[in-house]
Amino acid sequence: MTAAPTATEVASAVRSGTVRAASVLEGHLAAIDAAEAGIHAFNLVTREQARNDAAAVDAAVDAGHDPGLLAGVPVALKDNLCTRGVPTTCSSAILAGWRPPYDATVVTRLRRAGAVVVGKTNMDEFAMGSSTETSATGPTRNPHDLGRVPGGSSGGSAAAVAAGFAPIALGSDTGGSIRQPAALCGVVGMKPTYGTVSRYGLVAFASSLDQVGPFARSVADAALCFDVIGGHDEADSTSLNRPTPRVLSVLDDGVEGMTVGVLAEFLDGADPVVVARARAAAEALAAAGARVEEVSVPEVALALSAYYLIAPAEASSNLARYDGVRFGLRVDADDTVAMNTATRSAGFGAEVKRRIMLGTYALSAGYMDAYYGKALRVRTLIIEGFARAYQRCDVLLGPTTPTTAFPLGAKVGDPLSMYLSDVCTIPTNLAGHPAISVPFGTDDAGLPVGVQLLAPALAESTLFRAAAVVEAAAPDAPGRGGGTT
Amino acid sequence: MTDGPARITRDEVAHVARLARLQLTDAELELFTGQLAVILDHAADVATLDLEGVAPTAHAMAVTNVLRSDTPRPGLDRAEVLAAAPDVEEHRFRVPKLLGEAP
Repeated sequence: MTAAPTATEVASAVRSGTVRAASVLEGHLAAIDAAEAGIHAFNLVTREQARNDAAAVDAAVDAGHDPGLLAGVPVALKDNLCTRGVPTTCSSAILAGWRPPYDATVVTRLRRAGAVVVGKTNMDEFAMGSSTETSATGPTRNPHDLGRVPGGSSGGSAAAVAAGFAPIALGSDTGGSIRQPAALCGVVGMKPTYGTVSRYGLVAFASSLDQVGPFARSVADAALCFDVIGGHDEADSTSLNRPTPRVLSVLDDGVEGMTVGVLAEFLDGADPVVVARARAAAEALAAAGARVEEVSVPEVALALSAYYLIAPAEASSNLARYDGVRFGLRVDADDTVAMNTATRSAGFGAEVKRRIMLGTYALSAGYMDAYYGKALRVRTLIIEGFARAYQRCDVLLGPTTPTTAFPLGAKVGDPLSMYLSDVCTIPTNLAGHPAISVPFGTDDAGLPVGVQLLAPALAESTLFRAAAVVEAAAPDAPGRGGGTT
Repeated sequence: MTDGPARITRDEVAHVARLARLQLTDAELELFTGQLAVILDHAADVATLDLEGVAPTAHAMAVTNVLRSDTPRPGLDRAEVLAAAPDVEEHRFRVPKLLGEAP
């Protein structure tokens, strides 16, 4: 959308003292002032705190200290990442005005690396949605076409990066909530292996699936951000206590000798233009020396149903904490149960209520074995199916989403049709695997198309090597003539 | 394949809403019953599978016995935590009565 600098460029210039963090920040705040009113990427722009943080980065450079890998890089945070003293709403009325008493681990790590937080981005309420239309603060619009959705649930983060409001944003991905909006907004979005990035301070939706990851305008920037936020955190009991792959250093290693599997099930039912782009990306990998073959993982056809039992089941438990007692909204009533009920009925939107009820039902007496129990067994089948494919392949490839960005309002009345837009992203969440969406050209209307790469658990290095090759071959890659619009 | 569960009814949706501490209007009850039925119909491909002998997976990357060293350390700042609460009395969260009045 803009010729805004990448995070790699900003950090390098700020660290070397050739550019001031303050001036980088003012450039991005000006971009926000110019276009945010039409996009609504942010729930909150933290202008003054950002100016203080940028000044601190400049002071460190002046004193001869290295502020870190993300020195002076403006970053936007999805509004489900806790920021101490700064409102964190999950785009829900039930958390309006809540100021967390602590920072999420990823926020602490970004700040320690010299990043400058510019604001909290809009999202589907509690990350439940695929279009950012379930937000209590109103929808975010796609910077490529303001009449279309940016995807979701991290639609504000994707739009902020696409619009040049920040080179990097963080999102969370439970069933595709980073990769799907990245594809629809024409930016890079990556979901790490479950357990490689701390969930401490990420407001929980479905704890066995949620994972924090980066949005960026280049694969290198996403790699830089992953290297900063990844790694063990003892504050998260599901954090893997083992070395996290470092990916920035392997970006240029290429794909010579790699085997890439084009995943047949992801091509089924996708729009022809999306299928064509995925096949073109596979050809680019072949041209770079990879062996490309078709693979089938029939079990992924069951992933959507399993996900929409498991994720709501976990959500119904996680969201029990919004009871009007310790934080957030309270609607007064005569006794505590009536107060809990009045608070939750007023504070949650329709999609959140739907999923809480779906999850409560899937866990209730008489149905738990048939729904939740079966879904957990299907999860095993999906993991086994991927394991079979990864005996032959190093990475798998397919579309990120079956379509390009759809018009605002097109799917809000039909939850199942909305859920189907995540059909290609959900399987990796169930398996705990890493995946990345890389922009790869546009459809006839000029809307971005994303190509998705998948890899086994902890194979982020392989994933990023392949992503760098796909990015370099994209029809609108720098130096290939097209340019961004 | 096995027989799937029966289709969700309006009464079941009302019951589930009570369990989840949600008060629904008649219009919401009507809407959600239809929508949940459509979603659960789609889930029938899972609910009707015969998965005898397949182990369940609750966590894809399960780790167990995660304990930190038993060393005292500061917790969250009490004043900051209580400042975010809807109602507080003497350093405690205050709520309306929990049980009915004694007869």
